[in-house]
Amino acid sequence: MVTYFFVLFATLAIASAIAMILNKNTVNSALFLVVNLISLSGIYLLLQAQFLAVIQILVYAGAIMVLFLFVIMLLNLDNEENILNKFRVRYGVAFIVGIVILAQLLYSVGTWANVLPTVSPKMVQTGTVEAVGDVLFSHYLLPFEVTAILLTAAVVGALLIAQRKIQTKK
Amino acid sequence: MQLSWYLALSAVLFSIGVLGVLIRRNAIVIFMSVELMLNAVNLTLVAFSSHFGDINGTILVFFSLCVAASEAAVGLAIIIAIFRNNLTVDVSKINLLRW
Repeated sequence: MVTYFFVLFATLAIASAIAMILNKNTVNSALFLVVNLISLSGIYLLLQAQFLAVIQILVYAGAIMVLFLFVIMLLNLDNEENILNKFRVRYGVAFIVGIVILAQLLYSVGTWANVLPTVSPKMVQTGTVEAVGDVLFSHYLLPFEVTAILLTAAVVGALLIAQRKIQTKK
Repeated sequence: MQLSWYLALSAVLFSIGVLGVLIRRNAIVIFMSVELMLNAVNLTLVAFSSHFGDINGTILVFFSLCVAASEAAVGLAIIIAIFRNNLTVDVSKINLLRW
């Protein structure tokens, strides 16, 4: 049962990722990224991380992708005519680099596959809102508060950068 | 379900993200590929976290989500600023700092 769902979500994730980088229309690639993020949140559910699955949909597929779509539609870009035609040497190098990285990662996963654990007995307890909240608000309280400063700084920085004309005081 | 399957999926997604950064010229698509790579690493963290029964990986993904959100806001603001100056988001045409 878990295997079937894993194969379904993994196929969906990989297919939408490939469709995302090969699509000429930027809006379509953003929507493919949404599909990819939702299938990843399904995989989080298979891994018993329910809280993260919900947060993934809310923050990534919701907030961040709305921001992306908003900017794409604000800039009103045309479709790219040729994403793969020019600079053949560069694409050759890019594919070689990608394949080398993939081979390295898969090789390291494959060599260590027999020492990896299958299922931890404590697995069911991790990932619920209660378990995450317990640790987050006790042991990780300071990093959690620092996150608030980070988000505030990001909001202020984004407003300042996207301003039409930066006011300078004399 | 073996842990290595999740790690392999994460590796494939990360490589697709690397390819996207390398072959595309649209800054927004490059940015989305970076998000894809972030997500692949998050998947690795969640997989290890739930297989070892250790909550710390999940917490790290939570912070990584916060950083990704602020990174998206600032990055898209930079893209808007670049578009306002150059009227393009094609990274091969943005060469102000190239020597």
